Amino acid sequence: MEENLTVERSRVPLSKEDFVSDQMVKWCPGCGAHAILSSVANVFPKIGYKKENFMMVSGIGCSSRFPYYVNTYGFHGIHGRANPIATGIKLSNPHLSVWVATGDGDSMAIGGNHFIHIIRRNVDLNIMLFNNQIYGLTKGQYSPTTAMGTITKTSPQGTIEHPFNAGELVMGAQGTFFARVVDTNPKLMTEVMFEAAKHDGTSVVEILQNCVIFADGVHDQITAKDVRDDMQLILKNGEPMIFGKKKDKGIRLKGTKLEVVQIGVNSISEDDLLVHDQYDQDPGIHLMLAKMAPPLYPVALGVIRSAMFSTYDDMVEEQIKKAKATSPIKCVDDLLNSGDTWEIK
Amino acid sequence: MTVDKHKVVELEEAVVRFAGDSGDGMQLVGNLFADAAALYGNEIATFPDYPAEIRAPHNTVAGVSGFQARISNKIIHSSGDLADVLVAMNPASLKANLKWAKSGATIIVDTDAFDEKAIEKSGYKKNPLEDDTLKNYSVIKAPINSLSWETIKDMGSDQKTAYKARNVFALGILYYLFNRDFKTTDEFFEKKFKKKPPLIPINKALLRAGYNYADTIEAIHSTYKVPAFKKAEKGKYRNITGNIATAWGLLAASEKSGRPLFLGSYPITPATEILMELAIHKSLGAKVFQAEDEIAGICSAIGASYAGSMACTSTSGPGLSLKSEAIGLAVITELPLVIINVQRGGPSTGLPTKSEQSDLMQALYGRNGEGPLIIVAATSPADCFYAAYETAKLSLEHMTPAICLTDGYIGQGSEIFKIPNVKDLPPINPPIAKPNDPGYQPYKRDAETLVRKWALPGTEGLRHRIGGLEKSDGIGSVSMDPLNHQLMCEYREKKVQKIADFIPEQKLIGDENGELLVVSWGGTYGSVFTAVKEMQAEGKSVSLAHFRNICPLPKNTKQILSSFKKIIVPELNLGQFVKYLRINFPEFEYNQFNKIQGLPFMVNELKEQFNKILKEK
Ligand SMILES: Cc1ncc(C[n+]2csc(CCOP(=O)(O)OP(=O)(O)O)c2C)c(N)n1
Ligand code: SF4
Ligand SMILES: [Mg+2]
Repeated sequence: MEENLTVERSRVPLSKEDFVSDQMVKWCPGCGAHAILSSVANVFPKIGYKKENFMMVSGIGCSSRFPYYVNTYGFHGIHGRANPIATGIKLSNPHLSVWVATGDGDSMAIGGNHFIHIIRRNVDLNIMLFNNQIYGLTKGQYSPTTAMGTITKTSPQGTIEHPFNAGELVMGAQGTFFARVVDTNPKLMTEVMFEAAKHDGTSVVEILQNCVIFADGVHDQITAKDVRDDMQLILKNGEPMIFGKKKDKGIRLKGTKLEVVQIGVNSISEDDLLVHDQYDQDPGIHLMLAKMAPPLYPVALGVIRSAMFSTYDDMVEEQIKKAKATSPIKCVDDLLNSGDTWEIK
Repeated sequence: MTVDKHKVVELEEAVVRFAGDSGDGMQLVGNLFADAAALYGNEIATFPDYPAEIRAPHNTVAGVSGFQARISNKIIHSSGDLADVLVAMNPASLKANLKWAKSGATIIVDTDAFDEKAIEKSGYKKNPLEDDTLKNYSVIKAPINSLSWETIKDMGSDQKTAYKARNVFALGILYYLFNRDFKTTDEFFEKKFKKKPPLIPINKALLRAGYNYADTIEAIHSTYKVPAFKKAEKGKYRNITGNIATAWGLLAASEKSGRPLFLGSYPITPATEILMELAIHKSLGAKVFQAEDEIAGICSAIGASYAGSMACTSTSGPGLSLKSEAIGLAVITELPLVIINVQRGGPSTGLPTKSEQSDLMQALYGRNGEGPLIIVAATSPADCFYAAYETAKLSLEHMTPAICLTDGYIGQGSEIFKIPNVKDLPPINPPIAKPNDPGYQPYKRDAETLVRKWALPGTEGLRHRIGGLEKSDGIGSVSMDPLNHQLMCEYREKKVQKIADFIPEQKLIGDENGELLVVSWGGTYGSVFTAVKEMQAEGKSVSLAHFRNICPLPKNTKQILSSFKKIIVPELNLGQFVKYLRINFPEFEYNQFNKIQGLPFMVNELKEQFNKILKEK
């Protein structure tokens, strides 16, 4: 990355208090969004940029109220359009650290087109995708991530749509960064957001968020205390993929598929397991990991993919820099007088 | 018959219309003809008239592409009604364009193209060159295709090249007819074919062959000369299309305001040239983002505006529809945003390549909620520069989205543009908030203009949040308070109306009072102005108020409307500006003249209507 494009760092150490807004937080008590807010307030001072250089953008939805609750520059947009608004902000001022707060409806239904295109372009910003598998703000209609068969206010007999898997969509759109966290694990959330901030390009962090009012417990089979260790594979770069309450389960590659294995059974050892390489340019394994789902597999959490590719905003600046250096047109007067002109004296 | 080959007739002006299949290069030779005339010193105005399909079926009327160029020795304001010379490269072009030729016009046809099949496909029952279809015209029957091949067959070329370049042979005939020299056109070939050098001598040879052919045939009894426009103001000039002028006006406003230009846009006819032109000028710092759709185009621009760019989006009618919700966001966040709308025939996909003035209501009212904004309408290709500049200035200084309405006719048409100096353009001073301003509040307003301050992300001490939810007066936190909402709606409305103090008074062309006031707006200026001027010269009591500032309207509008016995409002729609006038000034009676055919007004039809109203009791 070019020196002049980096975000200016704070000269004084910052704390959580620097990002607390004076607005009353109006999410329902018990909503998973509270934990996300607290993670963000924890991670922003750690990232270390000047507090004026953080920019929070959102669309419409419960999740999209987020900008009002952090004391940064903030823009609350319209439904589905957080991603193009954020693109314009980042292109206009690449010195900002731009964060998007968006919902599963906001970015995968009405804003689905913008979501895949921002990812394809690899604009350097961070998208926090609050996936509660429901339309919260409009009071409980199914969303593009609602599991097939779920009864909601607009699917009284159960949905008959195949849900999106956010990770699959990101990888299909050539995403360079995808991570998944649960709202019940603030420590992991903070770590992952730090990684997202470090990544050059579009970072998508899918947060499995609980909506206590309209979809309470949709993530229980992953997050409930009694099952979570067996149903969560927390990925760590460079380490074998081990999970389970007793750390006795692992993931290995068998043929072209992933397989859950029991360590110590059938002479399977840690050496047989897949070692996580989040930086692999090839998204093959990352895609398989993102798609893992119960009951056969645990859900992959942490940074699944973080690959280096050129970013859109860097290339915009490079083209401008080159044009400024080589074009004979240095100002609008030059332009007006270029090409065929004649003079009347 | 004695033919005096040296007879040169001097004309004040001439209208030449080029017509051929869409692939025949009519736009190209039309432009070359106009450029040569402009560089010679003529006044020019051009107008492309082309089909929506890139290559509609060969030899059909649907596939005919036309280009009209008017050259003159005096100031002109439109590309002219009917042609003095028509070039028709095949029967379909003749069929589609004969109605645009004056009686007695010179018609140049490629006889090679008039075979039985082509005649049948064109819809003619018989060969129009052999019956009396053309008896009132002076026809030059030239076997252009075969002569083109004859010319270049020893130059290492093939018949296909001769066929593709035969438009240049036709251009040569015109250069003879109008006594033009080859210099600028030769230079064009040298530049255009730099990477295919063999084509340079081929095109030069074809141009000369057409010229020499015209010199030797007996069908041409005299040639024409349209002298240079002598009384032109001193200065530097160029030919420019409205879309290029729009792009340049935006670049000028960006330089003058010190705010870098950002364009978020999606291609759509007839606005695409603005996007393409701005994409070229990265050396001026223009950031151009071709978005995935119109919504992303405008939303990226709104983001860029929040971040401190002079943000723009360019489109045409259907795209403006898609942008409606986002325009409302710019209204409520009170951010500057320049929306260029190059109107085309609607509704829906409508007449994509034809012109209309039918997006006025959409521009004025096409949003949910009370969504006032600024509207400026450009009057001619060159005026697009100033209209875009003014739109940007008003938007930036008054923190309000602004729509600049142009249309396909002036956007793609061209005329002579007197090159301004950027230093002479009016200053642009956006109200940017100072770092650490202790009194900063997002919705604190200037007492006089009601304009809020622009606090750019990254600035120390100004962190704040805005968005599409209603905000409380001053401090700008989310507010659902009933009285606050009314107050904010009224503020936004008043803020726009107060701009009337910052725009020029409405100009009147002609006497300050009288029988008939013609009220027009936007891209019809050329023909309406010409019609009114001609009637004034005939001693009629007619004046013209041609509006450029649509919202707000100039302060003296009512006074002007009240000074005439009758008012007529000619528009290329079913009566949108007249409705707007009826809403604002219901006390007056308005006559309308509406044309909605995808075509510009003709001077004669306007005069006919105006005269009719004058005569009515
Ligand atoms: C153009 C438009 N259409 C519909 C709505 C209504 N609407 C608001 S939020 C929402 C869905 C929100 O769901 P999601 O994005 O998942 O956010 P959540 O509330 O669940 O966080 C809808 C349909 C709107 N505000 N604007
Ligand atoms: S409705 Fe659901 S998502 Fe919205 S605030 Fe309440 S719990 Fe959270
Ligand atoms: Mg949701």
